[in-house]
Amino acid sequence: MKICIVGCGAIGSLFAAHLAKLNDVEVWAFDQDKKHIDAIRAGGLRISGKSNLHTYPDATTDPSAIPACDFGIVATKSLHTRPAIESTARIFADGAVCSVQNGVGNEEIIAEYVPRVIRGTTFPAGHMVEPGHVEQDTGGKSWIGPFEPKPASMAEVEVLATLLTGSGMETLAMEDSRGAQWTKLIFNAATNPVGALTGLAHGVACDVPALRKLISGLVAEGVAVAESLGIELDSDPEKLVDHAREVAYHHKASMLQDVLVRRSTEVAALNGGIVTFGQKSGVRTPLNQAIWALMEGLEHSWTLTK
Amino acid sequence: MTEIRSVCVVGAGAIGSLFAGHLGSVVDAKVLVRRKEHETVLNRDGLRVSGKSALQTSVQASTDPTKLGRVDLVIIATKASAVEEAAEQLTGHFPNAIVMTVQNGLGCEDVVARYGQWPIISSITFMSGTRHSDSHVEYELDTETWLGPWPAGSAHTGTANVVADLITRSGLKAKAFADVRPAQWSKLIFNSVVNSVGAVTNLPHLKAFAKRERISDLGNLVFEMMQEGKAVAEAQGIELYEDPWEMNVKAVSHGATGQDAYAHVFSMLSDVRARRATEIDWLTGAIVRQATALGVPVPIHEALFGLVKGLEHSWKEQKGHKVL
Repeated sequence: MKICIVGCGAIGSLFAAHLAKLNDVEVWAFDQDKKHIDAIRAGGLRISGKSNLHTYPDATTDPSAIPACDFGIVATKSLHTRPAIESTARIFADGAVCSVQNGVGNEEIIAEYVPRVIRGTTFPAGHMVEPGHVEQDTGGKSWIGPFEPKPASMAEVEVLATLLTGSGMETLAMEDSRGAQWTKLIFNAATNPVGALTGLAHGVACDVPALRKLISGLVAEGVAVAESLGIELDSDPEKLVDHAREVAYHHKASMLQDVLVRRSTEVAALNGGIVTFGQKSGVRTPLNQAIWALMEGLEHSWTLTK
Repeated sequence: MTEIRSVCVVGAGAIGSLFAGHLGSVVDAKVLVRRKEHETVLNRDGLRVSGKSALQTSVQASTDPTKLGRVDLVIIATKASAVEEAAEQLTGHFPNAIVMTVQNGLGCEDVVARYGQWPIISSITFMSGTRHSDSHVEYELDTETWLGPWPAGSAHTGTANVVADLITRSGLKAKAFADVRPAQWSKLIFNSVVNSVGAVTNLPHLKAFAKRERISDLGNLVFEMMQEGKAVAEAQGIELYEDPWEMNVKAVSHGATGQDAYAHVFSMLSDVRARRATEIDWLTGAIVRQATALGVPVPIHEALFGLVKGLEHSWKEQKGHKVL
């Protein structure tokens, strides 16, 4: 069994390091970050925090060095989905590729390049400590299921889920994994940009009444779009917002972390995804559209010379 | 209406200095200031206006209204957030004066009216300048100030005409209206949208504010938000003097602001960059309050109001103040 992790940042490294524990699986870590890849080749991949691992996946920045694989796991930022799958598609000519990325629209892009696609959502999160070393900040499950327009078989989905669970990353195989994906999408789209645009940690933003109201407005639009698509959400995103306020009051959303270092954000796959799917099914999403425009405006401001 | 022979400007920022520096050439100009050294400099050096006008006038400045003698017209030119303090300081003084407000936004007249019986003139100004020092202001945009009687008060159109005439004679541009609300609301809607969007995105008034090609273009947001503001004006029976969207398109395509390199940095964006309290409560917040009272939905205004409030909050957080 061969598995290639496409995009080996914090999330991709969690998957690569866990899967490399398994005896009968050959794991390839592919990324453009030469320092990280060189460090993995020289000294293996270390995970600290919620997991404690030191494993030795194969690692490369060169797609032509990777053999044909049974599975791909795409973990790039959604901005890089297309170039990443374009350069690695050959590897998966006879394989199934699973996205574990944020937002919606990634599976659609992947399906343009490979025969069988798996829709995935993952909750574990982490950050890069140094090349070759990732800190896992949160645990949690992953949900995977066939991507309907170009599905992998349920049998394949179950094989991947079993491997991931066996490696220590609990994963559920489902016929329809859209509920999990949209629950996370709606939560992220309602909370991430609010932090990114104001500089506030999640709990602090929730305690500013006008912002809490905005979050609810964004959630309501996302829920309406999900309903129009016949998606049954896993849980109520409003409750997730309140729960996150309890357990992660001082957490700075990843999008805020992006803004602080002026890195392009995933707003197009989050709020943009809700807007785009809403348009297709005739659901108005003015607040998500406003947030999308504001984030793009903010990113544009970084290109101006003062 | 008797002749206006002395004017007192409260708050000598750029706009206040422009009024005092010009009016001093036709009537007695007085300035109520907050700082003692400001008083000293103005009494010693007077006010110099450069740029579109070249003037040097003497003014009488004080931190104490009782030292300023008789005043026929008070011009409150502070920021909206300082109007309350200014009006409070005027309580019991200048009983025969007319008071004119020139703040961005809405609601400053109500604040002033709580502190005295003066007839109130509402005004909005489109002129701009840069204050180079306590005694030197540069007159940049020589556009009009529009004024009219505040409908809830005792001023008449005749009062507004006299004030407009005086301002015009001093070398500035002014126009009196029987009802200034159509003009005030045009500018309020324009300002509450572009200022809050600029503050949140860190963008000056670029062409992007009028671009509506892709769905995520900023122009769509600006347009939709202005539609909300127009609905609030309409619900009050106000027929806008100028369409705010056209004001926006014009502002990004003409003159200096037609080039992105020289795009206008909104006052709210300047406040955000300097981490000063903004005028959000008097602009976007004013529209939200009016809309709520009238039952008109303004979700995008509420969103931008919340985001700017959140930004202001984040500075307090960083200074280590207690949350809320």
